[in-house]
Amino acid sequence: MNEETILPNQALEPETPGEQATRRAFLVAAGAAGLCYTAALAYPIYRYLASPEEMALSATAVTEVTLKDAQKLPLGSVLMFKFGTAPAMLIHHEDGRWIAMTAVCTHLGCTVQYEPQADRIHCACHGGVYNPYTGANVSGPPPKPLKLFKVTPGEAGVEISRA
Amino acid sequence: MTTKTLTNSLYDWVDERLGLSELAAFARHKTVPVHSQSFWYYWGGISLFLFLVQCFTGVLLLVYYRPGAEAYESVRQITFVMHFGWLIRSAHAWSANLMIFAILVHMFSVYFMKAYRKPREFGWLSGMALLGIASVFGFSGYLLPMDELSYFATKVGLEIPAAIPWLGSAVANMLRGGPEVGEFTVQRFFALHVVVLPALFLPLLAFHLWLVQRHGNAAPPSVEALPPSERKSMPFMPNFLRKDLAMWLISLNILALLASVFPWSLGKQFDSLAPAPIGIHPEWYFMSPFEMLKLLGMIKFLQGEPGEIAGILLFTLGIGLWILIPFYDIKKESGQRARAAHYFGLLAVFALLATTVIGYWTIR
Repeated sequence: MNEETILPNQALEPETPGEQATRRAFLVAAGAAGLCYTAALAYPIYRYLASPEEMALSATAVTEVTLKDAQKLPLGSVLMFKFGTAPAMLIHHEDGRWIAMTAVCTHLGCTVQYEPQADRIHCACHGGVYNPYTGANVSGPPPKPLKLFKVTPGEAGVEISRA
Repeated sequence: MTTKTLTNSLYDWVDERLGLSELAAFARHKTVPVHSQSFWYYWGGISLFLFLVQCFTGVLLLVYYRPGAEAYESVRQITFVMHFGWLIRSAHAWSANLMIFAILVHMFSVYFMKAYRKPREFGWLSGMALLGIASVFGFSGYLLPMDELSYFATKVGLEIPAAIPWLGSAVANMLRGGPEVGEFTVQRFFALHVVVLPALFLPLLAFHLWLVQRHGNAAPPSVEALPPSERKSMPFMPNFLRKDLAMWLISLNILALLASVFPWSLGKQFDSLAPAPIGIHPEWYFMSPFEMLKLLGMIKFLQGEPGEIAGILLFTLGIGLWILIPFYDIKKESGQRARAAHYFGLLAVFALLATTVIGYWTIR
């Protein structure tokens, strides 16, 4: 077909230095505007997706928890609870001692289990073993001990706080 | 090796395997007709842009939305608890409405430019199917917040399939997941809205866009009649694309303005025992059929069920004729049929506008 075609502007005539300068100014302005747009879109989306993280952050700021009626926990048994957002365990040992510590394995983050018969804390994922009185890592892959909490048993419940 | 030779050899490597230069050559030769009606060419692109916005904001809503019994609570959480959740929900709702509007403008411009004629019949048919799916998207999405308005809109909307003779109640129960609108309804509408409809829409959209590449933009008959030397066109790359993207930017700005200045509201949680709120009415794009049904019901011998069935038959007939227009108006020369098709289009526009205006006028 013999259609008349409007060519792209650039092809019409050779550029003069002045035109080059205005083109640079235009590109800089367009780039800046583009960045502003991207930021204006990205910021609300980031905050939206990060909302649960921010909520969790206020939960991890918790410094103490009171477990109602936990003073009735029988000897040689365990109570799992949440300290902030992470699982933790309260153990009432046979000798009457109260021990509380985080229940998150320091190896790869599985939740550990108290085994009263073996008198140990065991992680089923990779076989890590901890001391149920001190939280010390005894055998297996865990690199660090489990953190202990301060336990204050009372009349109405047991108070757990950061040591 | 300099950066340039490195880029060139990387390009060659990819080109050899994917044939990029064929695509580039195709893009270089693609042109768009230039004439007084060229403005209407942007509306398909605007519809596409708004659809992309729907996909994007839809996925963001999906991050927190929970269908079923907790639907309302999760939308309340998105709107009032999550940072900027109100904005994302508002953008999704506004963009849905703007998309339907853009598709309608696109459809009527195609109709009046007679762009459905040979060889573009499949473009018209796939476009109509896309509009049909888009309206089901709208209807199913409207229920998901499970507030008062969405509850009654769905209840009323499902009375339309229920009016189909013989099969009606079975179809309505199947869509509803039981005899009443409730948590089972929202769960299956959710499956429809985020899985079934996209699975139908996306391949159809790809087909539609491929046809546009294959046949190019249609020029209106008055331009087609000109000798080739008097027709003008512009290269798609980069001239038309640049204008297209500018339109996308304008659409984005309008959407951002509407979504932030007029945030989409969330009504009270639905209560199956509460009476319908005063002034309840369908979304604007369902207003016209709703009002036509109401008007037909006012004719004396069509009161009650006969009126509803007559109305549904009339719609089916009208939509059927509309869809089949490429097979009726086939001659390139302007003749009897071309004029009839033109008047049918004007009648459709008039009927849609008039019934929509009457519909809003008579809301109590």
